[in-house]
This record gives sequence, structure tokens and C-alpha cells, in this order.
Amino acid sequence: MSANNSTRQTLFIAAILCLVCSIVVSSAAVILKPQQVANKLLDRNKNILSAAGLFDEDKHSDADVASLFAQFEPVFLDLREGKLLSIDEAKGLNLDANTFDQKAASKVPELSRKLSSEEDTALIGRQAKYALIYLLKEEGELKRMVLPVHGYGLWGTLYGFMAVENDANTIAGLAFYSHKETPGLGAKVDLPKWKALWPGKKIYEIKDDQLNVRIKLTKGQANPDNSYEVDGLSGATLTSVGVSNLVQFWMGDLGYKPFMASFTKQNVGGQ
Amino acid sequence: MSKTKDVLVEPIFGQNPIALQILGICSALAVTSSLKTTLVMCIGLTVVTAFSSFCISLIRNHIPSSIRIIVQMTIIASLVILVDQLLQAFAYGISKDLSVFVGLIITNCIVMGRAEAFAMSNPPLPSFLDGIGNGLGYSVVLLFVGTIRELLGSGSLFGAQILPMIENGGWYQGNGLLLLPPSAFFLIAIFIWLLRTVKKDQIEAPEFTLAPQNKYLDH
Repeated sequence: MSANNSTRQTLFIAAILCLVCSIVVSSAAVILKPQQVANKLLDRNKNILSAAGLFDEDKHSDADVASLFAQFEPVFLDLREGKLLSIDEAKGLNLDANTFDQKAASKVPELSRKLSSEEDTALIGRQAKYALIYLLKEEGELKRMVLPVHGYGLWGTLYGFMAVENDANTIAGLAFYSHKETPGLGAKVDLPKWKALWPGKKIYEIKDDQLNVRIKLTKGQANPDNSYEVDGLSGATLTSVGVSNLVQFWMGDLGYKPFMASFTKQNVGGQ
Repeated sequence: MSKTKDVLVEPIFGQNPIALQILGICSALAVTSSLKTTLVMCIGLTVVTAFSSFCISLIRNHIPSSIRIIVQMTIIASLVILVDQLLQAFAYGISKDLSVFVGLIITNCIVMGRAEAFAMSNPPLPSFLDGIGNGLGYSVVLLFVGTIRELLGSGSLFGAQILPMIENGGWYQGNGLLLLPPSAFFLIAIFIWLLRTVKKDQIEAPEFTLAPQNKYLDH
């Protein structure tokens, strides 16, 4: 035992152990990386599809995700200007739809800006300048768009997608793909029955060409005749407030409203 | 042979790490709100305990005693990262549900406890079986807690709806307390109570006795 305790032996064992363990851990990380990246992408695409109401857990399997997802046209949106970027413009900014990570983009200094505390109603700290949105087209006509949203709930940030019909006002669905809410209470944001309350609700009240964000979660049962209200989650007041805030933030002036406004005008002009 | 069997079976009820040694409670509270995550956590912990005990036992005669805890932690941590990486690659949904708790196997007292108490002084094979046995002992308690919490909390088992919930048009009102981590305290206590009713030798001698209360009334 005394030979074991010599300084040389101690350093030798420590060095060998570190070497072996680091080889095991790093080779596992490298070998499994492609599979993990594929899983994350599949999961995200599935969430975009389910927000758009195109993915049915009973009917579709993971194998269908790729073909269903091909219906979407991913485009970058300049949030401040409310304008879609052309492919060349996106390339000029080094934005690639296949590798763009909305979560990471809000942390990159060049791609994001810090929100002041009055602006930051969704408690996200920094906001990305560009959003990768997905357009669902049918025979060249825009049918739906899927917009990434996120904001702070009770325990952490909720990340999700909101699908909006082509009138840029009617909600087609809302789904969160990552959150840390309390199981059984706040985590009811994942319940199909609660998610089913969203489609058909209106985001904006349009008055004199102005869009006012009216959508919100109410405490308890929402008035069924009011198309701007969705039931809050019982027992999860803070999660409900968080969801309400994040939807209002992203649909507001700092979020997609400039884009939506140009959209509704174009639409009105076209009719 | 019977000694080998003892090493494997004894930790399940006789020397249960949670019920008798009261180790590893933290993860028992955190991951038991649904059975699927519970089961994966049990498998993860059993695998880590078994292989870490095995590896530590293999090199037990060469570990300098001054750094033995660090050596044990390094081996355990490497194995946990390996399990976490494998889960992320092959069971992504579950690894998302378990989130940080896989990583927290590192700090689970059972793994470290077995390494220090058993693997450091026993050959590799018995150490491996001891790890499996303790993993199973942990699993028995977690599955007991997980079954009750998921069934009465959200009316389902392994995600399949057994009791139709009021929210979905059924009759069962889920018990919200059972979905929160503290409920596992009550359930673990009930488990210990049941176990000690059957195995009376586990009842600890009281540390003090109350003085008779009618001392003054007698006068």
C-alpha cells in the first residue's frame, strides 16, 4: 500500500486515468454527434409541423417528418423592417436555413440586440434581429406561416412555434417544443386539449388600419364568444401569464407585427 | 454460490439503498412523476453503478488512497456522460424529459457509496453484481413510487391512459400533489413502513425513550 501512496504513483495513476476517461468520453461524443444532431433536427421539424397542424401523432410517424416538412418554404424575416429577406440577402448575412438556430441566434451579438426592461415583456433578455419562419404554400398560394416564439414561464424559457393563417390574423396553432414548466400544472401547455383551444382565435383587432394585439390568456374559462381569449391553465397562473406575455410580445411591435401589418395591407390591396 | 446470490439479491429488500440506508432520495423525488422516465433513470443508474463498481474494483489495488475519491468520481462521471450521450443519440425524447437528472447520477450517493464501501475491497465480479443489486434495490423503490404517482397523479401508466381524466371528458380528477416532487417523501416513507412491517429486523432501536407522562399524577 505504501508504494501506492508515493507521489510518483499518485501522479502516474491520475494521468493514466484522465487519459483513458477523456478518450472514452470524447470518442463517445464524436461518434454519437451526427445521430444527436439528426434527433434534434427531427424533433424541431416535428414541432413546426405540429404547430402548423400538419402532424398527427396517431397517423404519422417519424419517417413522415421529412416528406411533410418538404412542403414548407423556410424564409428569413427581418423583424425590425417587417420584410422577408431574399435568398441572396440571407446569404450576404451568412444565414443558412439548414443550420440556423433560433435559440442560439438571440445570443450572438451581431445577430441580436439587448432589450430594455420596458421592451422586454417576455423576459428574454436579447432578441434576434432575424427570425427563420416557415411558409406553407399550396399551388403557389400562401396558406399558413409558422413563426418561432419564446418567453419566460415559471421555471424557464418556453420555446415554441405559432402558426398563423394567411390572413395574418387567425391563429392556426401553438406548440412548445422546449419548456421547464411543472409537470401536471404548467406542463399542461403540451396537452392536446389545451392546444386545441388556439386554432381560430384572432390575434389583432383591426381598427382604422391599425393592428391592436388583443390575444391573451384569461384566468379560468374564457368567454367562448370572445375570439381574443384563450383559457388560462388552472393551477398554473405564472405559466399562463408567461404564455400570454410571450404571445403578445412576439405578435407586437418588436415581434412580427410590422411584417403582419404589411401583409394585411397587401392582402386588402389585392382584394 | 449463495454468497454471489446474496450480493445480488440482498440490496433489493434486505439492504435496500433507499429504504434502509436512505441514500439517493433526491433523484427518487425528481424523476418519478412518470413511469417512463423512472424506468430509464433506473436502468441508467443500475448500469452506471454496476460498471463503475467493476472498473474501480479492477484497479482497486493501484489507487493511491490520497486521491481515491477523485479517481472514483472521475470514473463515475465518465460513465454518466457516456450514458447521457447514448440517451441523446438513441432515446432523444426521454433524454429531453430527464434533462439534468441523468447528469445528476454522478452525485447520487448510491453509486459513490457502493464504490467506496464495496468495490474498493472486493474483486471485480462481485462488485459488478453488487452494483446491479443496488441498482435493482433503487429501481424497486422508484418504480413503486412512480407507479402510484403516475396512476393517481395523471391517471396513466407508461403514458397509456388508465383512468379517464376530467380534463379530457372522463371522471378522474388527478391528484396534483402526487405530481409534485414532495409527494415522493410520503410514498418512500410508506414503502419503508411496509418493508419494516414485513422485515422486523430493520426496525431501528429508538434512540431515547419517553419518560412516563403520569409521573406527577401519581402523587
